[in-house]
Amino acid sequence: MVKKTKTLNLNFGPQHPAAHGVLRLILELDGEVVEKADPHIGLLHRGTEKLIEQKTYTQALPYFDRLDYVAPMNQEHAFALASEKLLNIEVPIRAKYIRVIFCEIGRILSHILNVTTQALDVGALTPSLWGFEERETLMTFYERASGSRLHANYFRTGGVHQDIPLKLVEDIEKFCRSFPKIIDDLEALLTDNRIFKQRNVEIGIVSKQEALDHSFSGVMLRGSGVPWDLRRSQPYEIYNDLDFKIPIGKNGDCYDRYLCRIEEMRESVKIILQCIEKLPKGPVKSIDGKVSPPNREDLKQSMEALIHHFKLFTEGYRVPSGNVYTAVEAPKGEFGVYLISDGTNKPYRCKIRAPGFSHLQAMDYLIRGHMLADVPAVLGSLDIVFGEVDR
Amino acid sequence: MIEDLKKLEKLINSELTSKIQKSIIENKELLIEINEKDLIEVVQFLKSNDKCKFRQLVDIAGVDYPEEEKRFLLVYLFLSHENNLRIKLSINFEPNQIINSITKIFPSANWMEREVFDMYGVKFKNHPDLRRILTDYGFKGHPLRKDFPLTGFNEVRYSEKEKKVIYEPVKLEQNYRNFDFESPWEGTSYLKEIKKVEKDGKKN
Repeated sequence: MVKKTKTLNLNFGPQHPAAHGVLRLILELDGEVVEKADPHIGLLHRGTEKLIEQKTYTQALPYFDRLDYVAPMNQEHAFALASEKLLNIEVPIRAKYIRVIFCEIGRILSHILNVTTQALDVGALTPSLWGFEERETLMTFYERASGSRLHANYFRTGGVHQDIPLKLVEDIEKFCRSFPKIIDDLEALLTDNRIFKQRNVEIGIVSKQEALDHSFSGVMLRGSGVPWDLRRSQPYEIYNDLDFKIPIGKNGDCYDRYLCRIEEMRESVKIILQCIEKLPKGPVKSIDGKVSPPNREDLKQSMEALIHHFKLFTEGYRVPSGNVYTAVEAPKGEFGVYLISDGTNKPYRCKIRAPGFSHLQAMDYLIRGHMLADVPAVLGSLDIVFGEVDR
Repeated sequence: MIEDLKKLEKLINSELTSKIQKSIIENKELLIEINEKDLIEVVQFLKSNDKCKFRQLVDIAGVDYPEEEKRFLLVYLFLSHENNLRIKLSINFEPNQIINSITKIFPSANWMEREVFDMYGVKFKNHPDLRRILTDYGFKGHPLRKDFPLTGFNEVRYSEKEKKVIYEPVKLEQNYRNFDFESPWEGTSYLKEIKKVEKDGKKN
């Protein structure tokens, strides 16, 4: 006798705590086994690329904070690098160090959120409570440098907006000394935890070849054993002079990706400490008056400074025509900006390459054949933030 | 790095002589222009050739040049992990032309092509699932085209009367103002017109 079976369609999200934002996932289930997953995205689409086309380069920068809002400065970095490449200007060495410090803080911010919410998705509440306390500390560092906790708008073409106070450097160092202990605590809760391992080991396995085919980057690629990190292979800023390791996974499952993120946080702490130790003195933005605005003091004294200030904040600077693609190793993977300039003060086209977009695309392939309960685990390990997926 | 790019440019030019329309190294990046008919072959070559090994498609970017006859430009960005190189491949085509999909070669092109279709209305041949991706269900128009207004056409709100979300034409208290700050020193437009009249007068 042939049994008749019927598949069940299940609507997962957009309002679901494990959907990490506004993901609508249409699942086709055979019993509890997922046969097909069709992610519907775009519920957070704000037309960032269209808006950037209408704004000057300075005005376009804050939009990047709003993409991956758990690690805002890493995104700004990509845009700043792209416009600097077109303008062909040099960034002062102190600004480079400050940028790297805040990019690594962003990496820790993002990884804490991801690791702890991944734990939350599979049933552990405590890590997120502990992790969020540290995130709060890190966000005060953001606030003390830029004035806001999340949407920093701190990086500028040619440097950063303003210098950081000495006390802040000391406090960041103090944090870096104490933070490894917190990572140990988080690991004590999760790494050898039987339930956590049962939910993550051998779930959502990605092979090397498949990681490449699906345009994976960042931890998704390294978790599968591909030694690739843009900070090492295509170094930008001062990453060449720093000593850090690139953790690589073996099995390409959710658990390996979790381990990679934990190790990356430890490496980020090392990077920050090295930067603080080496932090040179000097200007923090390009001295080219046609790109970076003059000092407040000069504004009161010099007519030329006043004219520059006025021109920079109305017309903005003009960027030579050309097209350029720059990518940075954001916490989630390769975040790139493809910038086309037509020689005016506004970008002609700014295509944003978000790592999460490709990762979420592979959801169908990752989840096929898994149980329904594995959906949040896989989704958690993909590290999806809808600000950047939907743009 | 630059040396490697030059070598790569030479290799591609010698292997695919007739298919390459233009190749240029600018800002330490290699850009290759090809005819849209040769897309599949060139992409296949870039992926499989031993010296290229561009195994990863990074992104597909669409660009709109409304004044030109060949209005749309697609830029494919590839990355080779083995050689640590990037390459940009661009095709230029007219609005109603249908482009071959590269999803067979790179599965990740699926959503990227859907995005281009959504934003520019470019159609792809042999695409498994060409639907809109980022815009709303039932959305009309292609937002990243230069002739699509920034404020859009429709807005949504929750109607207390009908107890559901309704669509209405955009009503703004103040229209979006696009200031042109570029070179305001050249004078206002009426001055330009006077100058023009003077010039023309002199010629006659």
